[in-house]
Amino acid sequence: MDAAVTWAHAARSHAIPGYNEAIIRRFTVATVIWALFGFSAGVIVAAQLAYPQLNVGEYFTFGRLRPVHTSGVVFAFGGNALIATSLYVVQRTCQVGLWGGSRLANFLFWGYQAFLVIALSGYVMGITQSREYAEPEWYADLWLAVVWLTYLAIFVGTLVRRREPHIYVANWFFLAFIITVTVLHVVNNLAMPVSFVGAKSYSAFSGVQDAMVQWWYGHNIVGFFLTAGFIGIMYYFVPKQAERPIYSYRLSIVHFWALIFLYIWAGPHHLHYTSLPDWTQTLGMAFSIMLWMPSWGGMINGIMTLSGAWGKLRTDPILRFLVVAVAFYGMATFEGPLMALKSVNSLSHYTDWTVGHVHSGALGWVAFICFGALYYMVPRLWRRPLWSHRLVEWHFWIASIAIVLYITAMWVAGIAQGLMWRAYDAFGFLQYSFADSVAMLHPYYVIRLIGGVLYLTGGVLMAVNFAMTLRQPIRQPVPARAPQAAPATAS
Amino acid sequence: MASNAEHPTGHALIERSTTLLFVLTLLVVLIGGLVEIVPLFKLETTVQPVPGMRPYSPLEQIGRNVYTREGCYTCHSQQIRPFRDEVERYGPYSVAAESMYDHPFLWGSKRTGPDLARVGSKYSNAWHLAHMIDPRSVVPVSIMPAYAFLKDRDIDVDGFGAHMRALRDVGVPYSDTMIAQAPADIRAQASGEETEGLLARYPKARLGDFDGQPGRVTEMDALIAYLQVLGTLADFSQATPGEGS
Repeated sequence: MDAAVTWAHAARSHAIPGYNEAIIRRFTVATVIWALFGFSAGVIVAAQLAYPQLNVGEYFTFGRLRPVHTSGVVFAFGGNALIATSLYVVQRTCQVGLWGGSRLANFLFWGYQAFLVIALSGYVMGITQSREYAEPEWYADLWLAVVWLTYLAIFVGTLVRRREPHIYVANWFFLAFIITVTVLHVVNNLAMPVSFVGAKSYSAFSGVQDAMVQWWYGHNIVGFFLTAGFIGIMYYFVPKQAERPIYSYRLSIVHFWALIFLYIWAGPHHLHYTSLPDWTQTLGMAFSIMLWMPSWGGMINGIMTLSGAWGKLRTDPILRFLVVAVAFYGMATFEGPLMALKSVNSLSHYTDWTVGHVHSGALGWVAFICFGALYYMVPRLWRRPLWSHRLVEWHFWIASIAIVLYITAMWVAGIAQGLMWRAYDAFGFLQYSFADSVAMLHPYYVIRLIGGVLYLTGGVLMAVNFAMTLRQPIRQPVPARAPQAAPATAS
Repeated sequence: MASNAEHPTGHALIERSTTLLFVLTLLVVLIGGLVEIVPLFKLETTVQPVPGMRPYSPLEQIGRNVYTREGCYTCHSQQIRPFRDEVERYGPYSVAAESMYDHPFLWGSKRTGPDLARVGSKYSNAWHLAHMIDPRSVVPVSIMPAYAFLKDRDIDVDGFGAHMRALRDVGVPYSDTMIAQAPADIRAQASGEETEGLLARYPKARLGDFDGQPGRVTEMDALIAYLQVLGTLADFSQATPGEGS
């Protein structure tokens, strides 16, 4: 949309519409509740791996609860956080309320929660497509498509009627995330239902092609849901909390286009040495290595935003969450291309190293940047001072220790597994049975469980902090931050 | 925030237009997927035919659905990589044709338990039954959940034709006869008594009263029938080393 039209539009509507903050408050509450849910599910499945007696009956087994954990953290916690922050950011950086009004926004909220409840309860009942991170069956997928297109419409509609000539960089990433997830979701879930009154469907693709489509999807849920979207969070909340401008505008342009172009290609590194053709594997590996550059470009842009404000890290635990998140992003995106090298992957694939890698990204990057954004937003959304900064400090350190325990345990476990599987004795026989490698894992699974419990504890502290914040009196009736007369300055 | 007025670039054009940003983003994210996915459907070398491959028998496919439902793939891969240790531990490395009738593929991504691509015929039916009822009774250090409840769940024998029709819609070559005979084939395979045509339709299918409950066809029957066929169909006797990739 042309800027001139924006200005004309702005000129027409004298009464500047207020921001829809009620919907962000809803998504924020949902984010915190789903965080506790997803972390708890993680603790349960971690406990089941350490103590198999905890698999009880039909509904409470690792196989059924694992997707409850993964969807619970990725789509329930992460998804609500992304929608909350993106709607917060898009209104402020466009200086305009949400397109579609509160009804459409409410539909998005309840529609998305309904999807989550349908999907998660389905897993427990054994309703799954078995596609990792795309487990929901066809009817839930159709419903999500409707809800997601609503999200796209609200977001794009708000961009179109912005009062700012430029679309702020955070919104580029949010937009790319919403568009790409739409494409991924539709293609990967193409399936033939057995009956329109039954849950079961069969994938439209088979074997090799099915594997490629699924991991094109799977890797880009990491790339766009868990990366591009959260980079959007970084580009707004890091400079806001640090009170510094983004380090480099040029770097953000290069990093944006390079990231969204390269990420899409990296999926085949999940299928190294499988019966996927070699040319596809090689492409996947090559592009995974190239991803180092935009990933680190983004990390540098985020961290260097603190130039001249490093001292704030000592005193501001919220900024520390945000910056440590970006540091973990750098670490995880260094490790990822390394593991995408075929020679490294031959050792790491199928082991707990992969699980450790995912969690250094999920716990360290995704969740930490969320925590930072939540601590930033809650006092502003409810117009109350945060109840306790001390508790934020406790959350930060408990969660940090949790991550260290988790990922170091999984590194050791995964590398040991990989080495045991390929070990030969002096006579040229395989040295260990598979069962030997399972028995070896127990202590590491216990350490991982302790890490998970600590991480959940941190989440509980955050929830308590927010609950107490909401009980605080409104300290200062701050006027709405909607623009009055100066739409030319970005918020 | 960064003011673009200080950094005039061509990019200003894009970031001032929602349409342009939207369209360019969509184009940029489509390229990689198109290049990597579309040729897999077009290149004949992607799936080189292997003698012996056939669609799953109805009982095996029901077992496969149980495997999917219980999330067995979250801990077991079905894809043997071409490494000496994997070939010695599990058997010949997996080839594409072996999963050509797999909707969806179940290659897995994690080996909390061992690979199952060639588990078929390695253990007796009785071992599988004992293992499903109590994994630690046969593998003391196993951390697998018990699946005893499967032997109490009867299969909807007569309703499976609809599943086969759906599978045919997505490309599995089930004939009308196969679909019509499905109830009889399910009962025959799970009772161990060959009826006419079962083995002709589904060569190498393992027959047996897998769950030790004569007269009942349960999900335990189906799951064990599925596990017992895994990796046993492809006939590599004609393959010469070094052929293909």
